[in-house]
Amino acid sequence: MPTLIDRDEVQRLLAERAQLVEVLPQPEFEEEHLPGSINIPLKTLDAETTRRLERERPVIVYCHDYQ
Amino acid sequence: MSPRAAWRLESIGFTQVYDYVAGKADWGSLGLPLEGTKGARAGEHVRADVPTCGLEERLQDVRRVVSAAGWDTCMVVNASGVVLGRLGRKALGSEEEVAVEAVMTAGPSTVRPSITLAAIVERMQSQKLTSALVTHSDGTLVGLLRRTDAEAALNAASSEPSLSSQGREGR
Repeated sequence: MPTLIDRDEVQRLLAERAQLVEVLPQPEFEEEHLPGSINIPLKTLDAETTRRLERERPVIVYCHDYQ
Repeated sequence: MSPRAAWRLESIGFTQVYDYVAGKADWGSLGLPLEGTKGARAGEHVRADVPTCGLEERLQDVRRVVSAAGWDTCMVVNASGVVLGRLGRKALGSEEEVAVEAVMTAGPSTVRPSITLAAIVERMQSQKLTSALVTHSDGTLVGLLRRTDAEAALNAASSEPSLSSQGREGR
C-alpha cells in the first residue's frame, strides 16, 4: 500500500535519494514542477515508461493537490 | 491523481512508493522552490525586512521604530510569526495612546509566495493596491511585496525571459 506523506517527509526522502515523479500532463509539468522531478503522466504510466526509475530507491509521486 | 499513480506503480512492481498528496500547490504555498516556465513569483521579490510588532505593544513605541526604519506600515504578528493584523499609514499616524490591537486592521488579505508576479501585479493594479502581504499557507509572514518592485521585476523579466524561478530565497 502506498504511504501518504507530507512535505517534511518528502524532503527527508529526497535527502535519501528518493525519486520524484510528477504525474500531471507534460504541459503542466513544464509550466511548474518540483526541482529534480521527472514527468511520467498518469495516462502513460506503465512498465515501459517507468523503466527509467530505479526500483531499489523510494519513489514519490505527486500532482497538483488533492485531486 | 497521485493516489492512482501510486497504486499503479505498485501494480508494476515498485515496493517503496510514497504519495505526496498535497502536491505542488502545497509545496509552492510554503515558498519552497519550483522550476518551470511559469515565470517569477512573488516570494522572490518580497521585502522581508518589513517591520513587525505584537498586539499589545504601545502604538507610540511602534510608530517610533517604524518611522526610524523608513517604513509607513507594520505587520502585527504573534510569537509564531503568524500575521494577525496590519498597521497602515493612518493607524500609525494616530495620536492615540493605545495598544496596537486597538487600531490595527485585523485579518488583512494575503497571498502565497508562489503566486506569479504577473498575477499579483494584475491584482494590485486592478484593486489599486500599492503592496501585497505575503504569507506562507500557515499564516506566517514572508514579507511585503511592493507594487513598484513587482512591476519593475516583471518588466525586467519580460525583456530577459528565464526558464526557472525560485519560490524561496534567503531562508
